[in-house]
Amino acid sequence: MTHYRQRRRFVRCVQILTAVLFFGLWEATTRLHILDAFIFSSPSRVLATFIDMARDGTVFYHIGVTLYETLLSFVIVLILGTGIAVILWWNRKAAAICEPYLVVLNSLPKTALAPILIVWLGNNMKTIIVCAVSLAIFNTVIHLYTCFSETDGDKLLLIRTLGGGKKEILSKVILPGSIPSLISNMKANIGLCLVGVIIGEFLAANAGIGYLIIYGSQVFKLSWVIMSIVLLCFIAVGLYALIGLLEKIYQKRL
Amino acid sequence: MEPLLSVDHIDYAYHTLDGETKALDHLSFQVHFNEFLGIIGPSGCGKTTLLSLIFGLLTPEAGRIKIHKALSRNHKMPIGYMLQKDHLLEWRTVYQNVTLGLEINHQMTPGYIKPVEQMLRDYGLDAFKHVRPSQLSGGMRQRAALIRTLAMKPNLLLLDEPFSALDYQTRLNVAEDVYKILRRKHKSAILVTHDISEAISFCDRVIVLSGRPSRVKAQVPIRLSLEEKTPLKARSAKEFKDYFNQLWGELNG
Repeated sequence: MTHYRQRRRFVRCVQILTAVLFFGLWEATTRLHILDAFIFSSPSRVLATFIDMARDGTVFYHIGVTLYETLLSFVIVLILGTGIAVILWWNRKAAAICEPYLVVLNSLPKTALAPILIVWLGNNMKTIIVCAVSLAIFNTVIHLYTCFSETDGDKLLLIRTLGGGKKEILSKVILPGSIPSLISNMKANIGLCLVGVIIGEFLAANAGIGYLIIYGSQVFKLSWVIMSIVLLCFIAVGLYALIGLLEKIYQKRL
Repeated sequence: MEPLLSVDHIDYAYHTLDGETKALDHLSFQVHFNEFLGIIGPSGCGKTTLLSLIFGLLTPEAGRIKIHKALSRNHKMPIGYMLQKDHLLEWRTVYQNVTLGLEINHQMTPGYIKPVEQMLRDYGLDAFKHVRPSQLSGGMRQRAALIRTLAMKPNLLLLDEPFSALDYQTRLNVAEDVYKILRRKHKSAILVTHDISEAISFCDRVIVLSGRPSRVKAQVPIRLSLEEKTPLKARSAKEFKDYFNQLWGELNG
């Protein structure tokens, strides 16, 4: 037990040390002009930029926009994906017809769609949302449909022996039984939606973290770019933790 | 007296891409009120298919299955079907599991709920009402599954090897419990099993089916010299061995 604790403490120490060393070296080399601070920025410059932008609130505005777009597309994927999977489960013929298209769309690099989306939908938030949704939706549909179809046949028989039909099979067995699978899918989706939103913001936005990165690199404000990337790390971890929390609440209820 | 259930010359075949396999061939038998009928046969002889036909999940290709008028009238679920495994849903509490059938049939009324609560008390599950099925023992799970079936007040129960998933000791105990519960409630039952001893100890009459396509090969009424028959006591009756040998002979003959 103490051995286990010691090992954990050691791992944690090395983890922290690695971060300190990384940022320390970065700061030192730029101060000593070994690295060009104009191109590589430096931790102190990034921090100063953050404080500066936090004071007038612009950084929170950009974070808010990105978060809003990510969560909105996430919810759309969740509802639309589940809905389509239910329809496909209900109608096997439709599922058989759609299967090759789903496979192709799922393996297509969705970033390739982004330029067309701008032309079709315009230079606005709609494009960003659709871009993020397109990134996650096909995988969600395939994943949930597979999960629905693989439900234990005896459980379906159980509902029929209790006098239920297809509707009851769906509401009493398929949907509640798929929640763990849905949650694991949500964990992947929240990350995918963030990727989709950033891609969308690169191309069609005047606000958001993606926009800050592109704008910063174009005007050579590398401190903006690096600050945005650090913020993205925090956002990604935060969103993932949010789904983790949902999972924990569900498991506790069980 | 008109039988509770009469199965009259039914045929059934499975259709696959390769053709059809005849499962049941002019099969006929009857079940009377308050009777426990055992059905044994070689594995794959269509015992489960037969229960599906009686319950109405499948339709026979020829012949008729008739339920006594008194049952089919004013009754949503005159027949209850108990599967091999309990299939309690893990995301529901024990209470939510035993009332699943009532929920599906929109029968969550005092007239149905009260007997369920009584059964939970009678069969030692009252204290476990609000826990998850995973916290129940194998025997308790099977009792919960039985309550779930009985909740809809069926008159005839179809038992599809309901004890086969349990270990031997639990199996004997659960069979004893189920037997007493069904007798007390004056139910009729069809027990499908591959266990000859179980059929003799549980049933009033045993039907032996032939291999595919199945016909009724023999009908053996079980009469044991006991004051009060229960599955456990039946095993020590002096006629038990003779019935076993007779049924064993029919199965293998």
